[in-house]
Amino acid sequence: MCAAETSGAYLEVQNLVKWFGNDRAVDNISFGIPKGSFLTLLGPSGCGKTTTLMSIAGLHSIDGGRIRVGDAIFTSPKEGLFMPPEKRDIGMVFQSYAIWPHMTVAQNVAYPLEIRNIERSEIDDRVAAVLKLVGLTDWANSLATNLSGGQQQRASLARAIVSNPRLLLFDEPLSNLDLKLRETMRVELKRIQSEVGITSIYVTHDQSEALVMSDEIIVMSKGKIEQRGGPVEIYSKPVNEYVSNFIGVANLMKGKVLDAADGKGRLEVEQGGQKITVPCMIGPGIGAGDDAVLSVRPENVHAVRENGAGVKLEGEVTHAIFLGSYVDCRVQWGDFEWKVIAHPRARLKAGEKVHLQFDPEHTLAVQP
Amino acid sequence: MSVNEAMSANSKPMVSIEHLYKHFGSETAVDDFNLDIAPGEFVTLLGPSGCGKTTTLRCVAGLERPEEGEIRIGDNTVVAPAKDIYLFPEHRNIGMVFQSYAVWPHMTVFDNVAYGLRVRRASSSEIKTRTTRALELVGLDHLADRFATKLSGGQRQRVALARAIVYEPEVILFDEPLSNLDAKLREQMRDEIVRLQKEVGITSIFVTHDQSEALVMSDRVVVMDKAVIQQIGDPQDIYANPVNSFVANFIGVTSLLQGKLLGREGETCQVEVGMGQGTEPLRLGAVGGEGAQTGNQVFVSLRPEDVVLHLSRPDVSGGTNLLEGNVIDTIYLGSFLEGRVQVGPHEIGIQIDHFENLASGQQVWLTFPPDHALCLAE
Repeated sequence: MCAAETSGAYLEVQNLVKWFGNDRAVDNISFGIPKGSFLTLLGPSGCGKTTTLMSIAGLHSIDGGRIRVGDAIFTSPKEGLFMPPEKRDIGMVFQSYAIWPHMTVAQNVAYPLEIRNIERSEIDDRVAAVLKLVGLTDWANSLATNLSGGQQQRASLARAIVSNPRLLLFDEPLSNLDLKLRETMRVELKRIQSEVGITSIYVTHDQSEALVMSDEIIVMSKGKIEQRGGPVEIYSKPVNEYVSNFIGVANLMKGKVLDAADGKGRLEVEQGGQKITVPCMIGPGIGAGDDAVLSVRPENVHAVRENGAGVKLEGEVTHAIFLGSYVDCRVQWGDFEWKVIAHPRARLKAGEKVHLQFDPEHTLAVQP
Repeated sequence: MSVNEAMSANSKPMVSIEHLYKHFGSETAVDDFNLDIAPGEFVTLLGPSGCGKTTTLRCVAGLERPEEGEIRIGDNTVVAPAKDIYLFPEHRNIGMVFQSYAVWPHMTVFDNVAYGLRVRRASSSEIKTRTTRALELVGLDHLADRFATKLSGGQRQRVALARAIVYEPEVILFDEPLSNLDAKLREQMRDEIVRLQKEVGITSIFVTHDQSEALVMSDRVVVMDKAVIQQIGDPQDIYANPVNSFVANFIGVTSLLQGKLLGREGETCQVEVGMGQGTEPLRLGAVGGEGAQTGNQVFVSLRPEDVVLHLSRPDVSGGTNLLEGNVIDTIYLGSFLEGRVQVGPHEIGIQIDHFENLASGQQVWLTFPPDHALCLAE
């Protein structure tokens, strides 16, 4: 154990490398998080997020780097250190509920305490407390098989937190639930996590889960970190085309930066013979003369019938799908189809001509 | 041709349902259902489970027999108990798509689709032409020789769709066909069905409990609850002008504030809304209020996207409604922020299209003009 850690992070992953055959599943990534925070590893399948999680859990060895939690070093191949998973004091919640069918809910939840030889009365108290926290008090004595999917997942969460572990790891725990239940459960999970305050790492490919639940998000692709930041930052200031496209929906168009100063500038884009210059925010790592990608969220494109000052961009509404609280529109401009979200009171109709306007604050030039 | 044009051209409705009643024991499942559907129209029956939508559809299909009423499809009366008329499902010119795919596993895609034609003893050249055309329409022509078990859920639902349209029925009936599919696939199939329906121009009745499906797909929506039609209209109309609190709440999200109708000033209803014991009630302006008399209990219905949020007390004029409250919680969803605000005893949903750092308990103000809120009779 090394007491003199330079980093103030509670969990620290340094230069993590993991190979599967000829595949570099995790390619030299580093991050640290403070105690009690909720970090999401987000990306498509094969991006390395689950491999990173399993490396922290100790379910496989790593090929390079170092993982530390508090003052415990979990693994560091160079120093010849590998702490077995059962010694790491970690709670895990998986996609499959992993609940024992022959036990009651209370017995399932008590299990991690029983194998630690804790006193019966303390076990009962702690089980009762966590069941209350996850809303399963009335189900304590039911067999686990009589629970719905959502309830089984609450039971696995209760089991994961009952021993107050130093880390809580989630591996796509909501993917087996239907949409309505998933939406309820993500708010519930977040509430419970902030109540118990256990440092958590959550793996998902679902961007809306990541936005709703996380203190911070790491977006991954091909074993590398593309961007790290809070949900608002990741959504509103993606650094490149990949992140723009993976988180939410974006209108993306290749262009060239005309000028850039203090994070602002102008981008020239050309599409089907039409050329426009768009005032925008300039993302990190790009300057005047560089190739860049215009990225505008559909809710930041305003379709108006009368054009004011600003960019001149006229197109035709090809679809206007009414979805109640908003209208999902497509506006054809040259050979580019803009995705536009309009307020239902605007009453846009397919076939009408509209002008598109952008607020420079929400129009980005990002790395290709 | 749009639905209204079709109707005004004096063409007969393709489906006509009059005074339909159906009971199960002492339960009334369908209570005096009346609806005319124009040729080519896409009509959705929408409501919670047990509202009578599926029973109505099954009466049209001939899978249930109503006790009273009459249903006509094209030129044929298919059921009319008073006239002792009842046609079996196979004698009604309809195609059906169910939630379960009902695709035969031991047959190829082609044979599954051709089955209906073979039963009807079509010639083999006709079977070939029509089946190929139906498979092309649903985008499965390249998989004609594959066994149905080798298909994904979405592909099986396409087979079911091809089978329903292959003998060119006058009407196609859909019974929650998308509920077994996952979210992404559901959206894809939803768009596919709409595209296909417009292309083939076939009259369609679609049953669902999913309001977003109904809004996206339908020419007209029939909202049902407790065996009774609550409202019929096009999606925008139903969303903007629900006739009662059930419809307002079932289609989209709304906050309903209970109050008392004080009177009317022009188009605007003045509603007194209680703010809890010991606090002065508020007076809110809202449009609508059809069927409500002064002194009646009413609801003010307020959509989240019609509420404007302020972080400091705004100056308001011209009858704009102002509410003061405290943030309960918010959820950041990227393209917008959803939240709830406690105003006296009421919980108001809000939706903001940009990020705002709101703390739980923080004091905020909400404004909305009277014509963005709707007064609904109880």
